[in-house]
Amino acid sequence: MAFLEIREVHKRFGPLAVLRGVDMSVNEHQVVCLIGPSGCGKSTLLRCINGLEPIQGGEIKLEGDRVSGPGVDVNRLRREVGIVFQSFNLFPHMSVIENVTLSPMKVLGFGRGEARDRAMALLSRIGLEAKANEYPDRLSGGQQQRVAIVRALAMEPKLMLLDEITSALDPELVSEVLNIVRDLASQGMTMLLATHEMGFAREVASKVCFLYDGVVHEEGPPDKIFGSPDEERTRAFLKRIIEAGRL
Amino acid sequence: MTDIATKGRVGTLPTLPRRTDGLSLAALLFAGFCVLCAWGATRTIAGALDHLQIARDAAWSTFFFLVVAATAALFLPAFRSWSFSRRAREALSQNNIVEARIDAAAAREWSYITFGWGAAALVLLAFASFIMANNAGVGRTFFYLPLIAEKWDLVVLAFWNNIKIFVIAEILVLIWGLVVAIARLMPGPAGQPVRLLAIAYCDVFRGLPAVLTLYLVGFGLPLSGLPDLIIPPIVGLFVNFDGMTAAQIKQYTRIPLTWYCILALTLTYGAYVAEVYRAGIESIHPSQWAASRSLGLSYLQTLRYVIVPQAVRRIMAPLLNDFIGLQKDTALVQVIGVVDGFNQSRIIASNAFNLSAVTIVAILFVLITIPQARFVDRLVERDQARMRAAS
Repeated sequence: MAFLEIREVHKRFGPLAVLRGVDMSVNEHQVVCLIGPSGCGKSTLLRCINGLEPIQGGEIKLEGDRVSGPGVDVNRLRREVGIVFQSFNLFPHMSVIENVTLSPMKVLGFGRGEARDRAMALLSRIGLEAKANEYPDRLSGGQQQRVAIVRALAMEPKLMLLDEITSALDPELVSEVLNIVRDLASQGMTMLLATHEMGFAREVASKVCFLYDGVVHEEGPPDKIFGSPDEERTRAFLKRIIEAGRL
Repeated sequence: MTDIATKGRVGTLPTLPRRTDGLSLAALLFAGFCVLCAWGATRTIAGALDHLQIARDAAWSTFFFLVVAATAALFLPAFRSWSFSRRAREALSQNNIVEARIDAAAAREWSYITFGWGAAALVLLAFASFIMANNAGVGRTFFYLPLIAEKWDLVVLAFWNNIKIFVIAEILVLIWGLVVAIARLMPGPAGQPVRLLAIAYCDVFRGLPAVLTLYLVGFGLPLSGLPDLIIPPIVGLFVNFDGMTAAQIKQYTRIPLTWYCILALTLTYGAYVAEVYRAGIESIHPSQWAASRSLGLSYLQTLRYVIVPQAVRRIMAPLLNDFIGLQKDTALVQVIGVVDGFNQSRIIASNAFNLSAVTIVAILFVLITIPQARFVDRLVERDQARMRAAS
C-alpha cells in the first residue's frame, strides 16, 4: 500500500474542471515530482491533498486512511502534511522565530521555551539562526522561503508538499532553497513537489508525473520521462522546456 | 541619422521660454492689494477697540505696524519675480535662450510664492476683520474673555462627563465591533443565521441616527421597567437589602443615565466599527489563511493569531475616524437630560446671553482629538518601523 494514494480525483472551480480524474501514488521516503504546463492543475492537486480545497470526486488516502470528503479532521491531517507555497506566505507581523513557533505552540501544545529551542535548532540547520528575531520584510526571497520550509518542518510532518517553491525567486537564490530540499530528500522525507526546475527534478525525483489537462498523462522514473517519454504531449512539453534553456 | 537631420528635427532652436512679465506684474499688484487689506483690517480692529473703550497705547500701534509690515513682506518675492523677468527679457534679447528659460522659471516660482502666501494672509486678515467687525460684535459673542474666565471650570467639569462616556464606550465598541465583525464572517451553513443577525444589526444601528438611539435607549429602557426587573436581583447577590422599602431598593439600584448613553453609543458605533473590522479582515490576502490553516491552526486560531492582528494594523486610521465621531456625538447625550459639556455651556450661554461658554466646549472637543491623531500616527509609524528594522 502506498503512503499517499490519489484515486480518480476530480476538482472543479465552478464550470472549470481543473482535475479530471487524477490517479497517482507516493511511497514512503519517495520524492515525487509533478511537472506540466502552467494551469495543468499541479498546485490545485497539492492544495487538495492538504485539504485546502475540497474535491468533487474520487478520494485521497494517507497511510490507508481516507483524508478527503466529509468527516475528515483537516486540522489533524495538516499536522501530518506540510505545505510550502510559491509566495512563501510568511506572517508579516511576526518575527522569524514567532513564525516558526506559532503552530507548534498553538497546535502541538509545546511550551514557549521548548518550541523556541526546536525552532532554533531547525533555523541553525539552514544557517538562519542569526535572523531569528528579524521580520520577514527584512529577509531576501530565498531566506523567506527557507524560513517557510522550516516553519512547515517544525510540525514534524510525515509528508511535505512543495508548490513551485523556487518560482518566485531570483535565479541566484534558487540553489539555497533547493539545497534544503536535497537535504530533506537524503534524510528520507516523503515529498511531493510541483516544480519547473527540471534539472533538479531529474536529480532528486524517485518518480516524475507529467500532469496534462487535469490527468496524469505519463509517469515514470526521471530518466525515462526526461530521456525517452512515451507520450507525444510529454515530448512536446519537454521540447519547449529545452528551447527555453531550462533543462 | 542623416534622415532625421534633414527633416530638421535636430539642430532647431530650443523651445522659447514663456513670457513672465505679466505674471510678475500681477504678483506686484497682488502684494499691494494685500497691504491695502492689512491696513483696512487694522482700521477695523482700531474702531472696535475705540468702541470697547480700550486704550490704544504703543503696544497696539506696534502690533498694527507689524501686521502691515508682515503683509508688505510680500513685496520681496514679488520684486524678485519682477527682476528675474527682466533678466529673462535681457537674456532673450542676447539670444541666450537657456539662461532666459532658467530666469523665467525663477520668475514664475517667485510670483507663485507671492500668490500663495498672499492668499493665506488674506484669509487670516478676513478672519480677524470678521471677528472685529461691527465693533467686535462677533468677537464679543463668541470670545467674550471675562465670561470665559469666569465659567471655564464649570464647562470643563461637565466635559469630564463626555470624556467618561466616550472612553468607556470606545473600549466597549472595540470589543463589540470585533464580535459583530467575526459573527458576520462566520463560515458555512451553520454560520448563516449568525451572519444574517449580524447584518441585520449593522443595518439597523448604522441607519438609525445616533440621537434617536440615545433617545430610545435612554428614555425607553428605564420606562419599560426592564432594568428594575433585572438589576435588583443581581445587586441583591452582593448587597443586603434588609430593611429597605421597595422604593428604596429601586432608588438604590437605579442605573445612572450615563450608562444608558454609553450603551446607546456602543450600539451605534459598534455597527460602524464592525464594518471597519470586516473591511480590515477581508483585506488580508487569502494566502495568509491558506498558510495558517495549512499549519494545522483552526479557523478561530487563524483569526486570533494571523488575520486579526494584521487587520487591526491596517484599520488604525479609519478606527480613529469613528472614535472621533463617537466623541463628538457625546454632545447628543443632553437629549435625555445628562449634563455634559455642551449642555452646561448652553445653560451658561442662555443666562449670559453670550455664546462664549459654547466656544470653550468647542475648543475642548477639538483639543482632545489632536493628541489622539498624533498618537495613532506614532503607533502606525512605530509598528512599521518594527516590522522593517533589524532588532
